[in-house]
Amino acid sequence: MTLNLAALRNEFPMLSKQVGGKSIHYLDSANSSHKPNCVIDAMSTFMREGYSPIGRSSYTLASDATDAYEGARTKVSKFINASSAREVVFTKNATESLNLVAQSWGRANLGKGDAIVITFMEHHANIVPWQMLAKEKGFEIRWVPLTKEFQLDLSSLDQLLRGAKAFSFTSMSNVLGTINPTRELCAAAHAAGAIAIVDGCQSVPHMATDVQAMGADMLAFSSHKMCGPTGVGVLWAREALLDAMPPFLGGGGMINEVRLDGFTCAELPNKFEAGTPPIVEVIGLGAAVDFLNRVGMNEIRRHEIEIANYAYSALTSRYGEDITIHGPTNPELRGATFSFAFRGVHPHDVSQVLDQHNVYVRAGHHCAKPLMRLIGANATARASMYLYSNEADVDALVEALDDVSSIF
Amino acid sequence: MSNLEDLYREVILDHYRSPRNKGELPPPATCTEGANPLCGDEIKIFLDVADGMVRDVRFSGHGCSISQASASMMTAIVKGKPLADVRAVARRFKQLMTIEEDDGTTPTDIRLGDIEALQGVVKYPVRIKCAVLGWNTLLEGLNSTSV
Repeated sequence: MTLNLAALRNEFPMLSKQVGGKSIHYLDSANSSHKPNCVIDAMSTFMREGYSPIGRSSYTLASDATDAYEGARTKVSKFINASSAREVVFTKNATESLNLVAQSWGRANLGKGDAIVITFMEHHANIVPWQMLAKEKGFEIRWVPLTKEFQLDLSSLDQLLRGAKAFSFTSMSNVLGTINPTRELCAAAHAAGAIAIVDGCQSVPHMATDVQAMGADMLAFSSHKMCGPTGVGVLWAREALLDAMPPFLGGGGMINEVRLDGFTCAELPNKFEAGTPPIVEVIGLGAAVDFLNRVGMNEIRRHEIEIANYAYSALTSRYGEDITIHGPTNPELRGATFSFAFRGVHPHDVSQVLDQHNVYVRAGHHCAKPLMRLIGANATARASMYLYSNEADVDALVEALDDVSSIF
Repeated sequence: MSNLEDLYREVILDHYRSPRNKGELPPPATCTEGANPLCGDEIKIFLDVADGMVRDVRFSGHGCSISQASASMMTAIVKGKPLADVRAVARRFKQLMTIEEDDGTTPTDIRLGDIEALQGVVKYPVRIKCAVLGWNTLLEGLNSTSV
């Protein structure tokens, strides 16, 4: 079954927005996705009719709001097949999730003589938190290189993992679109005695996620890339790990007891949710999960393989050697995210011309500078698609690119 | 593409395609690096300053048409100029880019010539950073040579 794209697109008000009297073609979903009405409505209805602080107060509304908030946690936990909602921690975004991991788990477990392994494909969010800690603690950061086919080069993985305490990697590159073999990577980490930390930002919105089948120990992802609002991210981690980890941020909500000489932590997951959480946003994320389940993650993945295939053919058949796509050619091995170089024109100039045609792509280094250096590009233009992207979006991109040549 | 003609004026594209003073200068010329962390553009400005004037200047690096053209035009106008004039031109340019206010201290006889073609950039605020990258790096270079 393929998606009913026309009906689906109608659920996203931003997709019918016009700029300069013409429709827009949003090809920046790897950056952030648009939101369907059900998410927008869930948030505004909650603020209009159900809003209350949660957790602390005992009146009816507070109790109902707490149920709604915890209900969203349960939805998220089922969405990734966590064994318990206690393993789902709400953060500000995936970046904060990874900083939490570094500052809590990392600070407690990494020191001089230790090592962690990351990859050349990582977003800065899975590099810099480790570098910040390494500077202080003096552990080593090892990097998994890439093959010429834009896959992780696993030939020396066992060697890199030897003695490492953690392997932290992305499940899908935000630049190349490469989908990594997460199951295999988690197994390799465990075989070496390391924990497996997965940056799921680019895969969780686009394909079914099963943390237990994957064998991961931790998974970070963001709401705003999966049809939910900004302001909330998720850290999932195995309960035993979370239990052993010291708290990250201190304050209200995360304590059990506070005395003059110290404090004790609240139970999971509250231990990691200091202060008033983004209640409205979490409700919105819950609605986004409902929406994605209704559409079906497998259908979404199937659609994205189709649209990736369509985009790859359309771009390469029209432009041949004038376009260089940095990423795998096989649509089964990639998501619908295309970084490209076009006729030697700087990506900023490409995106500027595309903007004139209401074709919205991102130009730059995509917060992955080590990867950019490796592929020999200072910047790329990136077109990234989602469940609502259609052939008209791709066609508009292909047509608008032709105009780049008329100027440069 | 009438809208973009304001941004990509012919003189800008000419400097982009055939940059002036592109390259490097050997020591004792100074080298100052600048970067736009948002887009990854990087530039180096080489300055040969003596007797209170910019005797020679080169730039190298990579970036979009706006950053490259702006750097090229900048080298063309500052080469051979007394430092006070160079600073005044830079100030005038930043006023053109709306990132510095005209407080009346910039001499009124400072002319930007071709560089005024970059005025179209102001309509695209994201690109202002591209246009001023070379200029900020030049000023940093002048300040570090403390002349």
